[in-house]
Amino acid sequence: MTKKTKKAKQSELTDSGLIDITKKKFRWSEYLAEKIIKGTAFLSITIIVLIFFFVFRESMPIFSTAKATAKTEAAMENQAEQETYGDVTDKPKVEDTQETYGEVKDVSATADSTSEAYSVSAGSGFDDNQTALKSILTKDWVPVSQKPRYGIFSLIIGTFKVTIISMLFAAPLAIMAALYTASFAGKRLKEIIKPTIEMLAGFPSVVIGFFALMVMATFLQEIFHYDTRLNSFVGGIAMGIAAIPIIFTITEDALTAVPKTFKEASLALGASKWQTAFFVILPAATPGIFAAVLLGIGRVFGETMIALMATGNAAQMDLNPFTSVRTLAATIGAEMAEVVFGDTHYNVLFLIGSLLFIFTFILNAIAEFYVKGKLMKRIQGK
Amino acid sequence: MIKSFKRNIKGILIEGMTLSAALLIIAIVVVMVTVIVIGGKDQISWEFLTSFPEDGMTKGGIFPAIYGTALLVIIMSVAAVPFGTITAIYLTEYAKENSIIAKTIRFAVRTLAVIPSIIYGLFGLGFFIKFVGTNVDNTFLGGHLKWGQPNILWASLTMALLTLPVVIVSVEEALKTVPRDLRAASLALGATKWQTIWKVVIPGSISGIMTGTILAVSRGAGEVAPILFTGVAYYVATLPTSFSDQFMVLGYHIYVMTTQSANVDKTMPIQFGTTLVLLALTFILNISAIILRYRIRKKKTD
Repeated sequence: MTKKTKKAKQSELTDSGLIDITKKKFRWSEYLAEKIIKGTAFLSITIIVLIFFFVFRESMPIFSTAKATAKTEAAMENQAEQETYGDVTDKPKVEDTQETYGEVKDVSATADSTSEAYSVSAGSGFDDNQTALKSILTKDWVPVSQKPRYGIFSLIIGTFKVTIISMLFAAPLAIMAALYTASFAGKRLKEIIKPTIEMLAGFPSVVIGFFALMVMATFLQEIFHYDTRLNSFVGGIAMGIAAIPIIFTITEDALTAVPKTFKEASLALGASKWQTAFFVILPAATPGIFAAVLLGIGRVFGETMIALMATGNAAQMDLNPFTSVRTLAATIGAEMAEVVFGDTHYNVLFLIGSLLFIFTFILNAIAEFYVKGKLMKRIQGK
Repeated sequence: MIKSFKRNIKGILIEGMTLSAALLIIAIVVVMVTVIVIGGKDQISWEFLTSFPEDGMTKGGIFPAIYGTALLVIIMSVAAVPFGTITAIYLTEYAKENSIIAKTIRFAVRTLAVIPSIIYGLFGLGFFIKFVGTNVDNTFLGGHLKWGQPNILWASLTMALLTLPVVIVSVEEALKTVPRDLRAASLALGATKWQTIWKVVIPGSISGIMTGTILAVSRGAGEVAPILFTGVAYYVATLPTSFSDQFMVLGYHIYVMTTQSANVDKTMPIQFGTTLVLLALTFILNISAIILRYRIRKKKTD
């Protein structure tokens, strides 16, 4: 009713040539356009929620005990593929991995009767999930064997090892380069440095991985004389190269965002150029640099292709930088294609994915809220 | 006197150190490019680019991989660019700068940009293939397995999600360069908000949309992790003809050839050649994006 009268009123107005300019005319097309645009803009939020939901959903079955899968069959099938782990790595490495596999076989030999029982009652997903869940906190990552164990502890240690190495390499380098570009470089040099690093940011990670695998690994081995050609050191350096553009760009932004007055005040007080850069500008931008390193860590943490190609891919647990490691992301990348859908192994891989997701999400949130707030406060001098 | 000298030494040292850091990064890039160019340049020929792999991938060309990459980025752009552009329009034209909604969307976009690409792969598998695909198969095809397995459509859509933030950020930057006066003039002439956006703002930022598309294409062409289990294949004898086909991609080709092939040394030239092609492709795309962006920024300062 009310709508009709409104419409009638409107048409009356236009008929008489009078338009009420104080009132906005309601247009369906405008209304629809705004709603559609708004709806689409929410897509990015929706995607994040969906990613979280679906990645987590696929990992849920591990936690539920009432799941029946033909697990042992899958394990049998996949057994032939044990060698693939060795293939990726170099010769000396293969021995190492075979050793660990050997151990595993011994264990499963002693527990043969129990695994026999498994295959007889092939549907007993109950025990299977129980053992899988228990084994997650151990250090053995042996997903394909008679008695699979999914100890992601060694993967986590491996990932952190690579991340630390890459940050030790990339962070100082990128921060110093950014400091140089922001405070010392002349215009011409700036125009070489910045586009070059922008170029590096565009390098596909496969290309960096390829370079690390083919050229850098041999080169570094000749310098440092270690046994395994592909190891966490090579992988770390390669991932560091991939992280340099991120750290450089954000650091440089943070450094140039420091107000000019800071610099002028320092110079006016008699400080030299480098003192200003080092003792005034750099400290003022520390929250931004911190954010840059955090995002760099996030990048390395989730890097898959370089890890697959250059780290050697053997789940070992030690703190020697020159041994092979298997990172969390590389494990997903290497094993997901060979896994049986719905299998415990499949679920564990999704669980690893959830971990990665949560970790990078938290890193980003810290970089976003904590650091930005602090940076703004410091620059505004509050 | 001595003190100032000491100070100078320190200054020179620090400047030298930071300079050498910058030079080292440049050197790494130069060495990487040089090694790949030298290793791959003899391999590049018309035949290499246009023929199929032969003899179990030890000979022949990489045409299916190039074709697959092209198809992937085209489908991906068709999905990502409109959505990315609309989101950017919402953020600059409709949303209030400091409203909670706008802040949340911005945070979401930045989070999307830092989520590891392998997570997108997992999502593609869990959502597109296992959820959407399987349900489509069950309801429309009576359980016949067609969409519930990896294919080029799911891979492209997964890649579109990954490149969405790239598009949003560049388009937003371009939209901001359209002067406020232009919008005000259009509105003052009686155009509605949507008409202003459609006829004034979007044409004014078309180069920004292009930059975003190019950057997204460059990113999509190089990424491998998201498509590892959503559609890419080691070798397919025929080119993909429908959305439900698997396909080959340059990046995955490199990965497979270097790590899984039986005879790595024998295929070395092909590996270098493929890497060079991929690098050249992303290089050209990035250069054009940088030039376009440079022109936009110049326009802004003018």
